[in-house]
Amino acid sequence: MPPKTSTDLLRARAHNTQIEATLAEVFSDSVTDGASTAFALGHLKTGKKPVLWVQDRLSRKETGRPYLAGLPVGIEIIHVDVSNARDLLWTMEEGLRCRDLGGVIGEVWGDPAALDFTASKRLALRAEAQNLPAWLIRHAGHPNLSAARLRWRVSALPAMNNPYDAHAPGTGLWRAELFRARWRETGEWVVHHDKDGLHFAHGLDWQTAPLQREAL
Amino acid sequence: MTLKDKLTVLAFPSTAKPPTTADPAQLAKAIAALKEALESEIRTPAPASLAQETPPESFSPIGTPNARPVKSAGRVEVAAGAVTPPDAPALKDARTDALTRRITAIHLPQFAMERWLRWCTQHSQRPPEDLPIALASEGAHGPVVYAINRAATAAGVHIGARIVDMRALCPTLRVEYADIGGDQAALGRLMLWMRRWCPWTAVDGAAGLVLDTTGSDHLFGGEAMMLRDMEARLAGLGLSASLATAPTHGAAWALSRSGAVRDICTPAELIARMNALPVRSLRIDGATVQLLQRLGLKTVGDLATVPRISLARRFSRAGLAQNPLMRLDQMLGRLAEPISASEEPPRFIVQANLPKAVQDPTPHLPALCDALCAQMATSGFGARRICVTVFRTDGEVREISVATAQASRDATHLRKLFDDKLEKIDPGFGFDLITLAATVIEKLNLQQSRLDGESETGAALAQMIDRLSARLGAKMITRPRPHPSHIPERAEVWATALHAPTTAQSPALKRPIKLFEHPEEVRVLYAVPEGPPAQFVWRRITHRVVRFEGPERIAPEWWRDMPGTRLRDYYIVESQTARRFWLYREGVLGDQRGNTPRWFVHGVFA
Repeated sequence: MPPKTSTDLLRARAHNTQIEATLAEVFSDSVTDGASTAFALGHLKTGKKPVLWVQDRLSRKETGRPYLAGLPVGIEIIHVDVSNARDLLWTMEEGLRCRDLGGVIGEVWGDPAALDFTASKRLALRAEAQNLPAWLIRHAGHPNLSAARLRWRVSALPAMNNPYDAHAPGTGLWRAELFRARWRETGEWVVHHDKDGLHFAHGLDWQTAPLQREAL
Repeated sequence: MTLKDKLTVLAFPSTAKPPTTADPAQLAKAIAALKEALESEIRTPAPASLAQETPPESFSPIGTPNARPVKSAGRVEVAAGAVTPPDAPALKDARTDALTRRITAIHLPQFAMERWLRWCTQHSQRPPEDLPIALASEGAHGPVVYAINRAATAAGVHIGARIVDMRALCPTLRVEYADIGGDQAALGRLMLWMRRWCPWTAVDGAAGLVLDTTGSDHLFGGEAMMLRDMEARLAGLGLSASLATAPTHGAAWALSRSGAVRDICTPAELIARMNALPVRSLRIDGATVQLLQRLGLKTVGDLATVPRISLARRFSRAGLAQNPLMRLDQMLGRLAEPISASEEPPRFIVQANLPKAVQDPTPHLPALCDALCAQMATSGFGARRICVTVFRTDGEVREISVATAQASRDATHLRKLFDDKLEKIDPGFGFDLITLAATVIEKLNLQQSRLDGESETGAALAQMIDRLSARLGAKMITRPRPHPSHIPERAEVWATALHAPTTAQSPALKRPIKLFEHPEEVRVLYAVPEGPPAQFVWRRITHRVVRFEGPERIAPEWWRDMPGTRLRDYYIVESQTARRFWLYREGVLGDQRGNTPRWFVHGVFA
């Protein structure tokens, strides 16, 4: 499929068509938390295509590198080390130009000056034109002005019980708050990830009601 | 400038073999030559018939020897019979082949002194012309003269003499120390710069260069024009050079040292020209020259008249530098002596000759890329690595190369790879020649892409990796690959994405989503030393352990780790803030491998 033109994007916007892939941001309340990473990764439906994973220097030092054995099965990554946010944004844009990728993940530390409204808008438009999901994981960042179409805040909840060991944590649970969205309602969910994908349940009654499966 | 100014060099023939100077090969050739000489002695009937015609030389132990018969023509015939191998057609072809090459030798007699003078000029300290100057190097008994200028020559200073003696001879002599290593390095750089004339160049001794200019001369208007051009450009660098072109390396060397100015020797006149040269033109050392002169052999012609068998017997154990017979064979093309350049010249190369020196290669790159890709397309090749080289006017060469993940001959793509790199090239005072070469090539056949525009081969992915590698560096773009090891940090290998093939992922145990590059040490409270932690302090925050899973014991790899490496007990713990960590204790108490075990955080779970 050829990349969409700006006319296509404007038409889609006028008809309020939901666009499948776009730019999303994830924030987390603590930097040493794998929840935001796993949440972004759980959204990607890559098929056989690799994911371009860009990390700036501080993210790599403070939160660690992605570990192949711990990633969901079937995900293949191309990892790029960059030193600053400018290179990170450039690399993500280059990745969004490529149709053989399954998605682009960028990890940014803090609120760099290079990541302003214009930069995020460029990423969003390019992601929509190429129909390729792009995720910005904002470690230790503040949700200031941004053109990301979906903005999430993810934090960890106590894990489910392990059926085989009463003292051990089971599957991890997260609280995901969608605090800005372009084409849908905002809200708050309890989320977990298993081999079938992400499962969203409302936070209030997640223990009593059966887990409501919702394809995003 | 127009396209006409640019000169496209055709692809170099792939038949050129990489040169070898291996000793065993030469030894084998020497043995073959010896055998050949023996056979020719036995088979040639000419000496016998001559001996019948002329009175045999009588042996006279006392008094003056009998006058030798003046039958020069006969002697030449005998010598030719002994020296030249029997007229087998195959051998004749091989010889004419050997003589079809054109080798140019360049002698820079004043290289060290001229380089020193240029350095002085650059630092505004150039000494007056009439001041005698000598460069000294360390000898066995104090410093000796290494290079001198013209005033010192006139004052009687000579190379190789001790400095103290020369000071006595010429009290005004200024002595500086020579930089011999620097001279060699400068000669190496000059050798690279000489590749603007031909692809095969090599350093030849301490002050010489040798070029294989076969087939290159027509680009400069013939050999005479090419030599004139070389001499003019070297003079522009402040170097005085004597040049010669001949069919063999030995002949070119000899003519550049003792021939005429810009001497050119054709294969037909090779033997006649060489016969007149003194024996020191044979590239043999001083002792052997002296020996030959004592034997009465003053010229190459004298040596050629000596029966081959005698020479072979006399110098059978001598090395190449002491062996006049092998040197003679090399000079006359009977023994192959290819130019041993450090690397093979690229098969696909294009160049742009600029009418005047410029500082920025960017405007010339698109046309060069187009020409290179057209060349590769006709032969069905694609480039994995391409290299831009600029030949600066100050005799230096600078180059920048980029690599690709997949063989490519897409001119637009290749040009884009140089986008941010060309600024980093150091143009000096400008350059007037740019070459673009495909230094690593691969076979690349045409591929049909699918009708819906999707590519099957992942060409878009490879091109993206190229663009990222060109800007960020190839080491920054990596792909993890599972590796058979129990140690978590060794269970995956990060290979450069430029070269890594795609591999399947192995099914995993319960592992963290992120792993720290270096495990971070934590302070731990525990109930029992070999049990799980109860509380730990990491990055100045106290975490209380609510639930844990483990331990998972991972033993050190004894075939790889140092002796004394301790085992690891891994725990998955959940803290009171619902964060899940991967902790390990290094060793257990009482394992005789150190003190109290330390604890580390190795990764985080989702």
